[in-house]
Amino acid sequence: MTKYLLKRAGQALLVLWAAFTAAYILLQALPGDSILIKFQNPELGLSPEQIAEIREYYDAGGYLHTVLGFLHGDFGYSVDTGAPVVERLAEGLPETAKLATCAFVLAVLLAVLIAFGSAYSGRLRGLLLAVPALFISVPAFWLGILLIQIFSFRLRLVPVIGGTELQQLVLPVLTLAVPISAPIAQVLARSIDQVLTQPFVPVVAAKGASRSWILWRHVARNALPPTLTVAGLVFGELIAGSVVTETVFGRGGIGRLTEQAVNAQDTPVLLAVVVLAATVFVVVNLLVDVLFPVLDPRLAT
Amino acid sequence: MSLLDVRDLTVAYGRQVAVKGVSFTVEQGEVVAVVGESGSGKTTTANAIIGLHPASSGKVLLNGVDIAGWSQRRLRSIRGHRIGLVPQDPSNSLNPVMKIGRQIGEILKIHKYGDRAGIRRRVIELLTRVGLDDPERRAGQYPHELSGGMRQRVLIAIAIALRPSLIIADEPTSALDVTVQRRILDLIDDLRKEYGTAVLLVTHDLGVAAARSDRLVVMKDGLIEESGGVREVLAAPAAPYTRRLFEDAPALTAREFKSVDTSAEPAIVVRDLVKEFGSFRAVDGVSFEVLRGSTHALVGESGSGKTTTARIVTRFTGATSGEVVIGGDPVSPRDFRRRVQLVYQNPYGSLDPRQTVAGIVEEPLRNFRLGDRAARRARVKELLERVALPETLLERRPGELSGGQRQRVAIARALAVEPEVVVLDEAVSALDVTVQAQILTLLEELQRDLGLTYLFISHDLAVVRQISHTVSVMNKGRIVESGTTHQIFDSPREEYTRELLAAVAEPVR
Repeated sequence: MTKYLLKRAGQALLVLWAAFTAAYILLQALPGDSILIKFQNPELGLSPEQIAEIREYYDAGGYLHTVLGFLHGDFGYSVDTGAPVVERLAEGLPETAKLATCAFVLAVLLAVLIAFGSAYSGRLRGLLLAVPALFISVPAFWLGILLIQIFSFRLRLVPVIGGTELQQLVLPVLTLAVPISAPIAQVLARSIDQVLTQPFVPVVAAKGASRSWILWRHVARNALPPTLTVAGLVFGELIAGSVVTETVFGRGGIGRLTEQAVNAQDTPVLLAVVVLAATVFVVVNLLVDVLFPVLDPRLAT
Repeated sequence: MSLLDVRDLTVAYGRQVAVKGVSFTVEQGEVVAVVGESGSGKTTTANAIIGLHPASSGKVLLNGVDIAGWSQRRLRSIRGHRIGLVPQDPSNSLNPVMKIGRQIGEILKIHKYGDRAGIRRRVIELLTRVGLDDPERRAGQYPHELSGGMRQRVLIAIAIALRPSLIIADEPTSALDVTVQRRILDLIDDLRKEYGTAVLLVTHDLGVAAARSDRLVVMKDGLIEESGGVREVLAAPAAPYTRRLFEDAPALTAREFKSVDTSAEPAIVVRDLVKEFGSFRAVDGVSFEVLRGSTHALVGESGSGKTTTARIVTRFTGATSGEVVIGGDPVSPRDFRRRVQLVYQNPYGSLDPRQTVAGIVEEPLRNFRLGDRAARRARVKELLERVALPETLLERRPGELSGGQRQRVAIARALAVEPEVVVLDEAVSALDVTVQAQILTLLEELQRDLGLTYLFISHDLAVVRQISHTVSVMNKGRIVESGTTHQIFDSPREEYTRELLAAVAEPVR
């Protein structure tokens, strides 16, 4: 067991390093020069020597230096604002964490509702199973705008600007959660169906158990592992989704920061965002791996 | 009034009617065996009695009360409480992620047997009753930590937990080894006597039905062919189908032993074969010889090493030490495949579902570049005729064939390159008795006509008795005893062999 965990943790570190290096190389290879974009402005009146000096200041040391910096928690400085990257991340992180956590919880709830709902009802089943396909084909930006249209302008349930924190959170969370819930719902529904065909299910029914008893006490835990894998994988989508969601709803956060950094070709910030996203993704999937043997004792041996 | 009185029961899956107006009774404390081949509707009948499959029409009277039309909610009060179920396949019939103790306690909890401590006590009592050692520890284990026989005991514990008046046992031992099988059947018998429980035994195994039941109900295609006291039916079967079933069942019909032609050369010589997986010895010093044109059976229970031995003989696995000589002299690996062919147990799994029958049988010919297109075509037709399959099947795919037809295709494929030796790994175990009988006859014909040498791997002693000239009995990687089939069956020297034989029905012994 310990060996399994150590192996997984080692793999996680390797993935992180690979993500960092790939992002570093790609960002270096990008055409365009963020320093020139910002500082070669006639109004600033900087000489080529001074620009070279600024460049030195930002790029100091190259790859190895940057790796060491990251290991010490020093992510460099934003080219765009000159502030330390850590500060900019710290500003955006709480907002995005709130949004992403709520959206993930909602996505899981939606998925469970759809999947178990379809396992219960004969008539609604077809309809419920069509929902994930609909959800996944809705673009997030369009869904956001649609939700604002309906809930803010038509029904006037949620103010567009201002309002309580909860009111501000509702629509972005929904926008982010809906497309993410789709793959989770689909996999969960399918694994429930699969578990229901296993021979132990009629045996439980022959004990006199009700449908609910069978579903919640027996099928649920058996159907969980594949669902967990997918849930871990779609966690990555949360970060991509937050870029669109935060932009549409005008919220601050990592997504918004990413959008600004891309526009300004702010390489240090982008690199830090990529590494942050990769870290979250890797940690979540490590957790999933750790949970697997707990859920299925057959894997523990 | 009968305990269970089934009248004109009809069950349909969609449009297909699986059970067509079946009537029989089960009295207090008696064992009624429902026998039939796959697709006869016997399991569907059993499921319909407890409402796991809704009956289309007919009555199911339990102590005179018709429960056929009851709602699922009402039926739940009967399931487990008045009628217990022992299912077919112990390896998949327990929830893999729930502890044994909870799975037994569950039935008590559903029917509100008592408080937590009371349930816990009863679970331990039940585990002890069904003969599991160290019940406290077993209760805390998961199903995968138990052997097949132990799991079946757990399932029996669940079935008897509330002392139902009827237990439906659906093929309770088909997935178990013979010696385990006997102990499980003995356990069911003891419990029946102790509690006065009636048993509805659903089985395809006529040997088990004959030895363990008071009355027989023979089903075919959803209809009852014949029913009556087990002695009467066995002595004088009235329906032609029953008669054929009994004749085809190797467990019920003793045939002449095959005589061995000792003048023949050995076709397979196995010497001191050892196979280790890590520190575990799966095959431990196995030696035997198979004479040309004869059939040698490797008999044993699961884990005895018989399949590993077969895999080494067919060179799908290397041996740790020892040697296998086939046909006297060493050959290249490629030529080896022409000399030795394998027919595998599961005809569903060993045929590519996307290939046509013609493609399957032709493939070995193409691999060995034997003949041109037209010649191969002709050979495929000849082979199909050889295994008695109609030419109309040439373009079909395995999914459209019956189990017996599939196994014929697998045999035709094995014969395509004219091998000397055919290794048959449980080749007839998955087939119904009548189909099994046909395939066994086919194998005997092919052996006679083509001079084939068979290595026949099986756990089924009745089949082995019928087909093989010589036998090696394996246990825990070693050969316990070997000799001619006559010697082994008539005068076994070893205790283990005797135990194996004791598990087989009377006429064969």
